[in-house]
Amino acid sequence: MAYSDKVVDHYNHPRNVGSLDKNDPTVGTGLVGAPECGDVMKLQMKINPETQVIEEAKFKTFGCGSAIASSSLATEWVKGKTVDEALAIKNTDIVRELALPPVKIHCSVLAEDAIKAAISDWKRKNATESERPAASSAAQS
Amino acid sequence: MAVKLPIYMDNHATTPVDPRVLETMLPYFTDTFGNAASRNHEFGWKAEEGVERGREQVAKLVGATPKEIIWTSGATESDNLAIKGVAEMYREKGNHIITEVTEHKAVLDTCKRLEKDGFEVTYLPVQKDGRIDLDELRKAITPKTILITIMYANNEIGVVQPIAEIGAIAKEKGVFFHVDGVQAVGKIPVDVNKDNIDLLSISAHKLYGPKGVGALYVRRRNPRVQLAAIIDGGGHERGMRSGTLNVTGIVGFGKACEICQEEMPVESARLRALRDRLKEAIFTQLDEVYVNGSMTYRLPHNLNISFAYVEGESMLMGINDIAVSSGSACTSATLEPSYVLKALGVGEDLAHTSIRFGIGRFNTQEEVDYVAARVVETVRRLRELSPLYEMAKEGVDMSKMQWNVH
Repeated sequence: MAYSDKVVDHYNHPRNVGSLDKNDPTVGTGLVGAPECGDVMKLQMKINPETQVIEEAKFKTFGCGSAIASSSLATEWVKGKTVDEALAIKNTDIVRELALPPVKIHCSVLAEDAIKAAISDWKRKNATESERPAASSAAQS
Repeated sequence: MAVKLPIYMDNHATTPVDPRVLETMLPYFTDTFGNAASRNHEFGWKAEEGVERGREQVAKLVGATPKEIIWTSGATESDNLAIKGVAEMYREKGNHIITEVTEHKAVLDTCKRLEKDGFEVTYLPVQKDGRIDLDELRKAITPKTILITIMYANNEIGVVQPIAEIGAIAKEKGVFFHVDGVQAVGKIPVDVNKDNIDLLSISAHKLYGPKGVGALYVRRRNPRVQLAAIIDGGGHERGMRSGTLNVTGIVGFGKACEICQEEMPVESARLRALRDRLKEAIFTQLDEVYVNGSMTYRLPHNLNISFAYVEGESMLMGINDIAVSSGSACTSATLEPSYVLKALGVGEDLAHTSIRFGIGRFNTQEEVDYVAARVVETVRRLRELSPLYEMAKEGVDMSKMQWNVH
């Protein structure tokens, strides 16, 4: 299978690899996928509670090159965006940007899920009891 | 000496044609191009001579007589002919076939088709080391059993089955024994008489011969095996396989077998040393790496390793100047991880991280060292990227995690 230049670039030079302190209340963590499915993405964002701007984003991914590229791209895209803007990112945007073939669309879906899971984790941490949203779909340890 | 890239180390998939084989084949394309079935002129006779020499060379490698070798287009056809041919011919005698779960698809899918046709098939499980349990085999045999089909060595993990023991059981019970010998023939000693094999599938391109030609050994005496043909036509190959013979392919196949036979003792020792060197280099430099299948009962040139927390396709992408293959779902047509590894009890998480190395005749020690270094470097890099490796280092028990399986 041939990879697009952008996938190869993200694979060879992944952006924003790493971890943030998951116990920090300003950090939202999204962990999606499953080892037995062959891909797991961990996406973390540090969000300014005043402005709701995503100031930092980090990822780690177990998965194929397209999964690594999708999550790397997601961190690039969410940085500097507000939470609402980040939630508007669609998997199809990732597919288009990385020129993913049909068999790799699930990688982009996973990246979108990871963004949503990280934000919902952050919202959960920062919500008052009464407005606490439903538990995130991210895997919980 | 600098290594030449890319490096080919996927010799279970196919092998390059040995230049000595090619040299033997060349005249048969242009000068000795006759149809081996043309009985009335020189061109046909010369082609037939080439075909018969090839038959002797292939037969000799496996301890058979030339008349017991039937030419086919490859081992998939040989497997089909052996299994369907016996099934149809001996249907009156019984409708039960025994095979194992880690067979090649050419055997498994043939058996599945026969099941639709009223046959009953037992798929023996394998043990953790990849070998079948002989007691389970004995228990599976019924008065209706007409065929046992078990591969000599597995194409993914290189595990060698106890073929001589299975052959003895088959003989004792009066059941025919077919062996898919694709990965083993030419690499380790295979003898149809010592192993009590009644039918043996062989492929040329796995032993440094050309693609598009294979053979089926069909025992002629003690006992004589009869086959119903699956391809009808001019009655070539004693009616068992019609179709004009692939003379160039057969000539090359024969020569390839001759070379394998002559060089096997030296070659297998050399490849084993290279394989062990590769394994040693990887295991001394990386933690959490696992060999899939028995190291004791294994082809000398095979290594199949799971690199925990590193997905196979991303691994292949990282070592893209090396040709190997992976049991990861992402690299398979079905998007399922390797059914062979699953059958060994390797978890799907680890199956996704497996890499198969197939060392071959033309690989050098320099190449092996280069591959080991690239693999180690890539695994380290990808583990830095792996949330699972991080969690493992933090002591998280991932088996107790609740994952959202998609």
